[in-house]
Order: sequence, then structure tokens, then C-alpha cells
Amino acid sequence: MVTFIQFVITGLRLGSVYALIALGYTMVYGIIKLINFAHGDFIMVGGYSLFFLIPVFMGLGLPGWLAVVPACIICACVGMLVELLAYRPVRKKGNKLTSLITAIAMSFVLENLAQAIPAIGPDPKIPYTLFSATLSIGGVAVSSATIITIVVSAVIMVALYFFTQKSRIGRAMRCVSEDKEAAILMGVNVNHTIIITFGIGAGLAAVAALMYIAQYPKVFTTMGATLGIYAFVAAVLGGIGSLPGAMLGGLLIGMVQSLTNTYISSSMSDTFVYLVLIVVLLIRPAGVLGKNVGEKV
Amino acid sequence: MLEIKDLHVHYGAIHALKGISLTVDDGELVSLIGANGAGKTTTLHTISGLLTASSGEVLLDGENIQKIPANTIIQKGMAHVPEGRHVFARMTVEENLRMGAYIIRDQKRIADNLEKVYGHFPRLKERRRQLAGTLSGGEQQMLATGRALMTDPKILLMDEPSMGLSPILVKEIFSIIQTLHESGITILLVEQNAKMALGVSDRAYVLETGKISMEGSAAELAADDRVRKAYLGA
Ligand SMILES: Nc1ncnc2c1ncn2[C@@H]1O[C@H](COP(=O)(O)OP(=O)(O)OP(=O)(O)O)[C@@H](O)[C@H]1O
Ligand SMILES: [Mg+2]
Repeated sequence: MVTFIQFVITGLRLGSVYALIALGYTMVYGIIKLINFAHGDFIMVGGYSLFFLIPVFMGLGLPGWLAVVPACIICACVGMLVELLAYRPVRKKGNKLTSLITAIAMSFVLENLAQAIPAIGPDPKIPYTLFSATLSIGGVAVSSATIITIVVSAVIMVALYFFTQKSRIGRAMRCVSEDKEAAILMGVNVNHTIIITFGIGAGLAAVAALMYIAQYPKVFTTMGATLGIYAFVAAVLGGIGSLPGAMLGGLLIGMVQSLTNTYISSSMSDTFVYLVLIVVLLIRPAGVLGKNVGEKV
Repeated sequence: MLEIKDLHVHYGAIHALKGISLTVDDGELVSLIGANGAGKTTTLHTISGLLTASSGEVLLDGENIQKIPANTIIQKGMAHVPEGRHVFARMTVEENLRMGAYIIRDQKRIADNLEKVYGHFPRLKERRRQLAGTLSGGEQQMLATGRALMTDPKILLMDEPSMGLSPILVKEIFSIIQTLHESGITILLVEQNAKMALGVSDRAYVLETGKISMEGSAAELAADDRVRKAYLGA
């Protein structure tokens, strides 16, 4: 029983982080049909922002986690700049493939730029540990980081869902992702809408970074790569382009990893993640909640 | 109200519009008829800024609207019902209509216009919570038209509203167009169904491979032998 609770809680925690990141992939894909390979690196930007800002905040007598606010803003700005300086010009001139290659290139650019900053460099850094208190749930020791991760992610996901359904910008985002020309005819500024989408997606990556370093206190320039891949798998699994799909996919991947780690072996966890992906895609090629349109990457 | 002067449009090497000039006066219903590929959609897309002309002018109430961003043209009082409807399939009927009023911030005005549109199209009101993608072709056409009416436009561009509809629905759509015309909205109507279009229009232009080949009052054109042979199947 204790192991079972442990497995569920760990799965939820991992899954929440993947879901937050997967939302960024899926929102951008939904709106411009681009797999933003640089999205994982936004987590790294968030991670380093937190690494530098948490001590500043604590020095000012403020709670360290508040550093997530400027970290979100920094990430959002980086996301918007990537769209503005790289993706938008390429989208105007090139085709899908050029966009995809630009995204891969941007991922390397961000990682290399980070390494080139002297205060970052190639070696991993250990950020301040947040939320280290532990609680006991049904006889299981749970860190407060875990609880905060699960609760905050859930709140953000619900808020984001209502934002896209009800708010003016959210509705514009849905229109642009469905039909750009019709959206223009309605008076929607497509470029603004796209750039806001990048901002939100990248901002969520900063929150994910906070959750992640609270659990694994280490930041390094390629930290986004692995996390990004799992989140991307989650987005595809749930149905890329679908927000609830990204949430579901994230939780599913987290659960599968936790299940293998707990009951089988942690070295098998990747195998099972991809196994689940393949099985789901064989049954539902567009992902669990995906719209079944033959979209080629 | 709307004046187009010597408009040229290219798709890469394809010269789709070869110097088109036309005018639509206040309160007029003018139709643009022509065969497949004549350049009708290209003309409307250029007017509403979705395409950029190589040369020529598009004047709305004397103002050249070619230089302003396409998404701001709706603020000038022009709405476009695109060919093939282009409703937002994954949104409900009412969400689609509300998107039509995207540029309006005044909730009261949105609510009033919504009621007005439901007045024109009671069927849409019955289906307000239904996803637009699940509507029939005729209902989607009503939705696309209703969506364009949500801003009380001065001028409406309509691209083949009767395409793919059954004869009964074609009649229904044309009677709606006539009602809108009578309510004072200026309309530029693109149609392949020349017979119906000429039946409701004040004036018309015939477009042939990127050029205006004939123009005149709807009655004159309907009586013209060349038009009768080529477009009215007589
Ligand atoms: N995106 C495009 N790229 C290249 N050529 C195009 C494009 N769109 C239209 N054309 C060409 O421009 C010409 C005019 O097309 P347009 O769509 O304006 O015709 P239309 O009169 O609306 O026809 P229909 O009645 O079939 O809708 C055609 O020869 C068409 O092949
Ligand atoms: Mg056409």
C-alpha cells in the first residue's frame, strides 16, 4: 500500500512537470504547426534564471520561490524573441522543413549562448533547495515540493484551459490555430496572437523549471533536452495541438515512469515510455485526444 | 463606397488579375460573375487585404486600404464572407458569431447584434451550442454570413454563398441577401450562379480570365446574348 501511494504521488509529480512543458509544445504546434525544438531549452533558461534570482530574492528577505515571477518573464521574453527573430522571418520565406530546421538550430543556439555566458559555463550548478520540508500522507513521507508541484500544475492547467476557452486572447488563439485567414477577417492580429502563444508556453516552462529544480537541484545547459523529449512524447501521446491532450499525455508519461521505477526497474522506464507511445499511436495515430487529420511533420 | 482601379495581382508568375476596375456605390448590390478560375476570389481577397496587389488601388470611401494591415480592414466597416464558408469548426455556433464581433468591446452591442443575427437566422439560434463543424453546408453558410454581420458592416463581400447548396437553400440564401440589401447594406457578391445573382443585383460585372469583359445593369446583362449563352445556359 505504501509503495502504491508512493508510485501514484511520484507519477503525479513527474506527470505534472511534463504536462506543463507539453502545453508549450502543443500550443505552439496548434497555432503554427511547428514542433518547437527549442522549447526544452526554455526550461534551461528558466532554470538558470531561478539559479541566479533565488539568492537575490532571499537576500532581500523575500521567499525564494517568488523568483519564479521574473523567471517566467525572462522565459517569456526569450520565447517571444525566438519567434520574432527566427521563426517569423523563416515562416514568411520558407516551408515547413526550413521552419523545423530553424527550430533545431535555435535549440543549439540557446544552449551554446548559455554556455558562452561566463557565469553559466559548461559545468552544472546547484541551485538553492526550495520546499525541502516533508509531510506524511498515509504513512508515506512526501516532500512539500511534490505537493506544491502537483497543486500548482493543476491550478495552472485549469486556469489555462479557461483562459483559452473564455478570454478574448484565448479565443483569438483558437481561431488562428483553426483558420488563419478567417481569423484575419475577424480582425485578429495573427502575429500578435502567435507571439503571445510563445510567451505563455515559455512562461510555463519557467514554472516547470522551478518544480524540477525543487526535486532535482541541478541546472546545466542541456537540462532541457531530456525533459523536453519526455514532454514532447507526452504532447504527441495526448494528441499534439490539444491542451487537455498535453495534460493527459504528461500525466500518463509520469505514471508510466513511476510505475516502472517502482515495480520493475528504473533502467526500464524509457523502454516503457516509448512502448506506451507506440501502442497508443498504433491504436490512435493522432494521439489520445488528437483530431484525426493527416498532418505531416 | 468601394472603388477599384486598374488592379493587377500575381501569384508568382501567374498573372491572375490583369487590370480590373469596378465600383460599388452606397447601398448597391453589385455582382461579379465569371467561370471557374476567372479571378473572382482573387479580387475579393485583394480587396480585403488577404492578397497584395502588384499595382492598382482599392479605395473604401476614398481611402486607400491596401496599405493598412488586413486585420484592421474590418474596422473600416467591411466584412468578408469567404468562399467555402471558413467557419471555425471546433467552436460552437455562438462562439463563431462572437468571433465575428471580435473587434467590438461593448458587450451590450455584441448581445444586440447576436439577437439581430439570430433574427435573420433562427436556425442558428436553435443550434447555438452545436459545434460549427457539425452543421450542414447551408447552415454553415448562414453562420459565415451571420458572423460577418456581427460588426454591422457598411459593405459585405460575399464569395459564392450558393456553392454546393440544394436549390431550396440557394433560394433561401438569395432571399437573405436580398433582405440584407434592402436593409441598406452595400454588397459585392461573387457568384457562379449568374441567373440568381443577376436576379437580385442592381449592377454586375463579368470577369473573364482576369479581365472585366462586360458590365452594366443586371437587367441589361441578363438580356445580353453573350451572357445568356455563356452564363445563363440559354
Ligand atoms: N494560391 C494560388 N497560387 C497560384 N495560382 C492561384 C492561386 N489561387 C488562385 N490561383 C489562380 O488564379 C486564377 C484565379 O483564381 P480565383 O480563385 O480567383 O478564381 P475564381 O474566379 O474565384 O474561381 P472559382 O469560381 O473556381 O472560385 C486561377 O487561374 C487560379 O488557378
Ligand atoms: Mg472563387
